[in-house]
Amino acid sequence: MPLNSSIARKSLMALAGLFLAVFLPVHLGVNLLLLAQDGGRSFSVAAEFMATNPLIRIAEPVLFLGFLLHILYGLMVSGANRAARPVGYQRPNSSDTSLLSKYMFHTGLVVLVFLALHLADFWMLKVGLVAPPEGIDRHDFYSRALILFQSPWYSSFYIASFLFLGFHLNHAIQSAFQTLGVNHSRYTPLLKIAGSVYAVIMTAGFSLIPLRLAFFP
Amino acid sequence: MNYTLRIWRQENAEAKGSMVTYKVSGISPDSSFFEMLDILNQQLIEGGQEPVSFDHDCREGICGTCSLYINGRPHGPVKGVTTCQLHMRSFKDGDTITIEPWRAKAFPVIRDLIVDRSALDRIIQAGGYVSINTGGVPDANSIPVPKEQSDDAFDAAACIGCGACVAACANAAAMLFIGAKVSHLALLPQGEIEAEHRVMKMVECMDGLGFGGCSNTYACEAECPKGISVTNIAILNRGFLTASLMKQKEKPSKGDSL
Amino acid sequence: MTRLNARIPEGPLAEKWTAYRSGCRLVSPSNKRKLDIIVIGTGLAGASAAASLGELGYNVKAFCYQDTPRRAHSIAAQGGINAAKNYPNDGDSIHRLFHDTIKGGDYRAREANVYRLAEVSNSIIDLAVAQGVPFAREYGGLLANRSFGGAQVSRTFYARGQTGQQLLLGAYGALSRQIAAGTVTLYNRRDVLDTVLIDGRARGIIARNLVTGEIERHAAHAVVMASGGYGNVFYLSTNAMGSNVSPAWSAYRKGALFANPSFTQIHPTCIPVHGDFQSKLTLMSESLRNDGRIWVPALKKDVDRLKSGEITPVDIPESDRDYYLERRYPAFGNLVPRDVASRAAKERCDAGFGVGRTGMAVFLDFKDAIKRKGHDTIEALYGNLFQMYGQIVAEDPYRTPMMIYPAVHYTMGGLWVDYELMTSIPGLYAIGEANFSDHGANRLGASALMQGLADGYFILPATISSYLADEIHTPRIDPASHEFTLAAEAVRERLNRYLSTGGSRSVDHFHRRLGRIMWDHCGMARNEAGLQHALGLIGELRREYMEDVRVPGRMDRYNPELEKAWRVADFIELGELMARDALMRRESCGGHFREEFQTPEGEALRNDDEYAFVAAWEAAGEGAEPSMHRERLEFNDIKLSQRCYK
Repeated sequence: MPLNSSIARKSLMALAGLFLAVFLPVHLGVNLLLLAQDGGRSFSVAAEFMATNPLIRIAEPVLFLGFLLHILYGLMVSGANRAARPVGYQRPNSSDTSLLSKYMFHTGLVVLVFLALHLADFWMLKVGLVAPPEGIDRHDFYSRALILFQSPWYSSFYIASFLFLGFHLNHAIQSAFQTLGVNHSRYTPLLKIAGSVYAVIMTAGFSLIPLRLAFFP
Repeated sequence: MNYTLRIWRQENAEAKGSMVTYKVSGISPDSSFFEMLDILNQQLIEGGQEPVSFDHDCREGICGTCSLYINGRPHGPVKGVTTCQLHMRSFKDGDTITIEPWRAKAFPVIRDLIVDRSALDRIIQAGGYVSINTGGVPDANSIPVPKEQSDDAFDAAACIGCGACVAACANAAAMLFIGAKVSHLALLPQGEIEAEHRVMKMVECMDGLGFGGCSNTYACEAECPKGISVTNIAILNRGFLTASLMKQKEKPSKGDSL
Repeated sequence: MTRLNARIPEGPLAEKWTAYRSGCRLVSPSNKRKLDIIVIGTGLAGASAAASLGELGYNVKAFCYQDTPRRAHSIAAQGGINAAKNYPNDGDSIHRLFHDTIKGGDYRAREANVYRLAEVSNSIIDLAVAQGVPFAREYGGLLANRSFGGAQVSRTFYARGQTGQQLLLGAYGALSRQIAAGTVTLYNRRDVLDTVLIDGRARGIIARNLVTGEIERHAAHAVVMASGGYGNVFYLSTNAMGSNVSPAWSAYRKGALFANPSFTQIHPTCIPVHGDFQSKLTLMSESLRNDGRIWVPALKKDVDRLKSGEITPVDIPESDRDYYLERRYPAFGNLVPRDVASRAAKERCDAGFGVGRTGMAVFLDFKDAIKRKGHDTIEALYGNLFQMYGQIVAEDPYRTPMMIYPAVHYTMGGLWVDYELMTSIPGLYAIGEANFSDHGANRLGASALMQGLADGYFILPATISSYLADEIHTPRIDPASHEFTLAAEAVRERLNRYLSTGGSRSVDHFHRRLGRIMWDHCGMARNEAGLQHALGLIGELRREYMEDVRVPGRMDRYNPELEKAWRVADFIELGELMARDALMRRESCGGHFREEFQTPEGEALRNDDEYAFVAAWEAAGEGAEPSMHRERLEFNDIKLSQRCYK
């Protein structure tokens, strides 16, 4: 396949994106265990499972690769797209399109910043790149999460990030299928709805945790 | 009715352009947008100035020559029409109207509001046809085509090549233009035969001309004067991906072709 | 005055073309590469010719004034394309298509050419389908046909209301393929301003690059004019703004004969003029007449009440409506040929029964059709046309009748050509609307596309080889030769003259005045006094134009005013020739209606004894009157009769 073609790049980005979208509910499921009123037992079991199951261990580098591909191709595609219009319009475009679809790069960027912080907070701790705060084991994600969510700044940023991720996903799901050439007069409208529902669930689900911890500690 | 016009003026491809403001008055609401510009130009000529250059020809919405970006939208505020079919009744008395040329790297400005769209021709030359010569073809009714499929092909074939899709696209992509041609021909048995070859060639050509890629904002569909659907872009993507993955390795020519 | 020889092959009518093709001289593939052909225009005729010649292996240069070949005005043809396929099994045949075309042209076309056209028509449909032209189909998957423009059989193939567009895109695809293959070189945004002759043969052209203003010389072994019609001589017409006669006119000035210039077709169903600043007229497909009924108020008082806004058209009861076509022509009713329908509308409006703001419109009413067939069926058939009408007029044709009025649409006249489509200049060919050949004094609906493509795909590629067979020893023509230099200088000088006139009026001002003169005196109805008057007015206009035109800008820049200045100057000269031709032809036939020659019922009265000929005019140079040559029309396979649609 001519990997350099604009459609191939877009398709790889879409495929990687869809792969990431599959991972997201798994992560959400584990996170929601934070809310179980058992002092973090079930969360720790899940975390332990994630940390030791060989399949998950294999999946992790693939996941990183997915992120890398999605981000790299996203940047490449955006760069080429920007170069396609060196002189812009005096009057900004007011075509009748969904507003968010035009800002995939921007919403993606916000999510990327979040991802960097998130990695620093947890993953880097785990592999020992960063020293854990005083008194917390570097594998104790439960305590670490609770401490982080005690900060209203962190919680707000967390919620905001997932709001942007929601915007991103809302367009991304149906867009990825369109890019991969899946379009059907009967099923595409349903797919669009499913994509939006998925985006809402992800945003709401992830936001639920800091909200719940903030209001009902 | 009276209008204030802000129009992009640019002497030639090399010159630096700028927006210039003009006023026109006494315009009938029944006159077309171009008739309004004609009146402006008559004023300019009789006042010893150079008229505003813009592309136009059939003035009935089918040749695809006209190409004005009006108030932030290709072909102006009315959906499903070209600039030449736009009437002044679509604007309010006293409105300020901003008129710009199509903007894309692949569409360099020639003068004022005129751009060079020959990039679209080049894409068609890369494969937007059925490779047959005049003569020696089967009887027209020898290959039945399902009506629905034929109608879909027509819908795609209705593209007038104006380039509004490129002008509206945040990425100045020509995907709707190419998608329309690829699916028009791929939907018909006559064109389907070389569909794989065609889609590869056309996409390769498009990428080389400096158009952007598709980010599925669907501004193209919203602004297409002929209402060409973005489904055609999905068909293009599908065709390209299958062709890329499934096409057999090309054998070296043994000198029997061409 | 000389007798013209059309060089029609001997033999029975039905065998002439086959015999010609079997016997004509050919050029071998290795020699074709060495032969250059210039094709001017990329409409149906030009694009199909350039593509086909390229496929054969000739070295082709294609010219168009548009930014791309796909925009040529053939694209605007709506209705369809005729062919004698007889798919519907309703009794059609090549002979019947031939017969209808000759009769529709009011017996002023050449039998052999028209028969050949009908013969070739079927191949066009086959080719177009193979190219991927999405013609309308039935649910069974086969092609659909409809009856069109007064034909009693259904022989029209169509692609919704955009048949011309689809056929042109097919030809454009074929042309693009040849451009990619390197056999055709495209020169877009070029105005062809002169034809260059060397030793009496057409050897090239002078073109102006519209972007850079550069005057270019292009040489070839043969030149093909496919530059379209000259309806824009009327200023307001359904032609594109840029459609012009200049390439053909340059050939006329260099000695090519111009035939039947006054034969223009006025199309009955156009959107009426709305004001003085109007720039062009929009055609509504003739297919509307299949279901719409044409009427005007029967009473003068209703005309006045409509105008004052006291009543609307729907308030007028059936009994007070005059369905004048159904009244006058019970057999054909609203489906009479174009010229008849147009004149009848003019007659009613001139008598004071016209409607609309200007009183120059009649109603086209779909009320009964909607009642009979249902709103949805009518929408499926004419939805795009109704929408177009609504957009332009801001009225809803589903509720209130449309208003229509005739407008200049097509010109049957053009460069005189022989059977091989060669003009009177050796090596110069004319195809499509640019020639005069097949439609006589009136063209039938859905025949223009047929003729353009027949000429370009099938006829010219066959006939041009008999000329080029003698050219294989002629080396590439040198564009630096003396003849080219002279022509280029003359072009530059003429352009400079417009730029330096420094008058007070824009080109459009003169063009509008010319249009008015032509419409009033050389339009749907003509008479001797009016034509004499028109000749005087045009002469005056011509003098004024030379002194008072104002063309801003420069020669070496993109300068649309300069383009127009050249075109309008040619139109003024052409207008004079049209009036002269109309004055000469003391009979009525087809689109040419001389008021002095009509039946008591007001129908066109032909004079076959004296005027069954083609009038081919030869230029005599600046200021001198052109001379006329006759080509006598022989009708051996068809009986001349009065066209009757009652």
